[in-house]
Amino acid sequence: MAQISQDNRGLRLVVRYAVLCLIAAIFSFPLIFMIVSSLKPSSQLLADAHSFRALLPVGDISLQNYFDAFKRAPVALFIFNSVLVTGVTVVASLALCSAAAFAFTFVMWKGRDLALTVILATLIVPFETIAIPLLLEASKLPWIGAGGITWGWLNSYRVQIVPFIADGLTIYLFVQYFKDLPGELIEAARVEGASWFAIYRRVVMPLSGPVLATAAILKFLVMYNQYLWPIMVTQEEQYRPVMVGLQYFFQLNRAWGEIMAYLSLITVPVLAFYLYLQKAFIASIASTGVKG
Amino acid sequence: MAGITLKGLQKSYGTAQVIKGVDIEIEDGEFVVFVGPSGCGKSTLLRMIAGLEDITAGDLSIGGRVVNDLSPKDRGVAMVFQSYAIFPHMSVRENVAFGLTIAGASKAEKAEKVAEAARILQMEHLLDRRPSQLSGGQRQRVAIGRAIVRNPQVFLFDEPLSNLDAALRMDMRLEIGKLHQQLGATMIYVTHDQVEAMTLADKIVVLKDGMVQQIGAPMELYHNPANLFVAGFLGSPAMNFLDVDVVAVNGSKVLVQNAVLKPVEITAKVGGFTQGGKAKLGLRPQYLSPVESGGMLYGRIALTERLGSETVVDLTLNDGNRLIAALARDAVFPIGADLGLTFDATQAHIFPL
Ligand SMILES: Nc1ncnc2c1ncn2[C@@H]1O[C@H](COP(=O)(O)OP(=O)(O)O)[C@@H](O)[C@H]1O
Ligand SMILES: [Mg+2]
Repeated sequence: MAQISQDNRGLRLVVRYAVLCLIAAIFSFPLIFMIVSSLKPSSQLLADAHSFRALLPVGDISLQNYFDAFKRAPVALFIFNSVLVTGVTVVASLALCSAAAFAFTFVMWKGRDLALTVILATLIVPFETIAIPLLLEASKLPWIGAGGITWGWLNSYRVQIVPFIADGLTIYLFVQYFKDLPGELIEAARVEGASWFAIYRRVVMPLSGPVLATAAILKFLVMYNQYLWPIMVTQEEQYRPVMVGLQYFFQLNRAWGEIMAYLSLITVPVLAFYLYLQKAFIASIASTGVKG
Repeated sequence: MAGITLKGLQKSYGTAQVIKGVDIEIEDGEFVVFVGPSGCGKSTLLRMIAGLEDITAGDLSIGGRVVNDLSPKDRGVAMVFQSYAIFPHMSVRENVAFGLTIAGASKAEKAEKVAEAARILQMEHLLDRRPSQLSGGQRQRVAIGRAIVRNPQVFLFDEPLSNLDAALRMDMRLEIGKLHQQLGATMIYVTHDQVEAMTLADKIVVLKDGMVQQIGAPMELYHNPANLFVAGFLGSPAMNFLDVDVVAVNGSKVLVQNAVLKPVEITAKVGGFTQGGKAKLGLRPQYLSPVESGGMLYGRIALTERLGSETVVDLTLNDGNRLIAALARDAVFPIGADLGLTFDATQAHIFPL
């Protein structure tokens, strides 16, 4: 009997791994195709596309597409812009939204539930519906810089950052997580003399690793993939992010090799960020042990 | 000086009134236990004192100052929670030092006070551990350590021992008693366990349904319970109650009897008896003793439990009611046998119905 169940377990494990490998293969297929193609001249790329050679780095392999991509467009600038806008927004958003969620969860104040309801209601408003009014507003906002007061935020980093710092989804994620934290921890800190800010900083935030990672990943993806809004608010190349930069490669002479090279370049930061956060995510769950 | 005064304290959640006007006077340095069945409002009352719940009506003073509107951090109290509420992301040392860190104490001061607390609680060897590496009893020590480092005038405990196993519970009970003697601070301790209340308290407050039933020293409540509830709540095994008829009333002397009880005169500690009325006669199991002949009560033995120090006998009286007797030492009684019992009328309690 024991022998049979042992075999059974082994078989089940094999099947499970096979399924996982298959899924992994399906998901990594486009990535492999992209990276392999970025190393081939356009003519070979198109010829290989119909066979398994599309996934193998064979034939006329070189980094020529990458050199050409950098010549065609200011790739480094686009990546810099995207990383800057995304990075600042993610950090600012995590700080602001977690603080807001803290006030919604732990602090009692008049109108709290109504305010939270209103914020959650914004989740169902698609960005496209507010894009035009937001553009009009942004074009009239004041800014105090080195040269005194200027009007209008168009063509800047801030116009790509500020509107996305506060967001309902991120607040909602934090509120849900905070509700599951043991209330007596917060009460113990209060009795021990901690101010609300001290509780936020010393008790709640250190226990929020998992939700910080989740919120950061979601925010990162949204921000890094921004396309509509940057097109609307940036006329100058200087402030444009990677997705808008993709336009440079879809002009008259469409070079698929260069497109693949560009896409490979702009995908790397995403993967790096994701892998880093995944590690942090697991580590924080393991070390705090608040959940499970 | 940190005496505490509760004056007409009330608490409502919406329309549900949970604390219904509570008056308690607590002396500086006193060990007061709030005891009552689950859901009677003990925790709520304690949390109101801590400042974790708003006070709906009434006045709460600590050290002669009304603190109704002060936040917890300004009340000078420390609290030990039922779940211990230890910060899982900090080491034991950081946990114990938390209040000092918040208050901006120097490194040296923190080290000194943490060492002192660890010595008192015998947990020096635990200071560098993470909370996840501690047993329940050790977590309890950390929670108490965190409370004592700030040297507060008032300690609040909310069922601190209820998550521990029986043996550990007894150890910690003794330690908390010792701690009170060492520190001399005012302590309020909430429990549903009457043994903890009896052993720890200078003063017990018995609560039921958000109302105070009786306040007094443990032995005073044990010997002079003010009502049926207190009489039945304190003492183990619980007091027996017999329905009796009042035959005659003469001042505080009440003559009662029923079908299985010979007429007996009891000195009542409460009033309200009328001749021909009904009453409850309360007999503590410990004050019943077996007799060969001339017993005041007779019953058939349904069950016996031999505990070594005493033998608990479960009797079925002739009218069908149950009676528990706790008889001295290791007495042996055959199940099914008839047993005659007598009791000391001065140790019996009587309450009007
Ligand atoms: N936040 C709350 N909202 C509504 N009712 C509550 C709340 N907290 C406690 N109660 C009610 O108050 C009563 C007393 O609760 P509690 O003080 O926790 O009792 P105890 O500690 O004596 O077991 C209970 O009936 C409980 O249901
Ligand atoms: Mg309770």
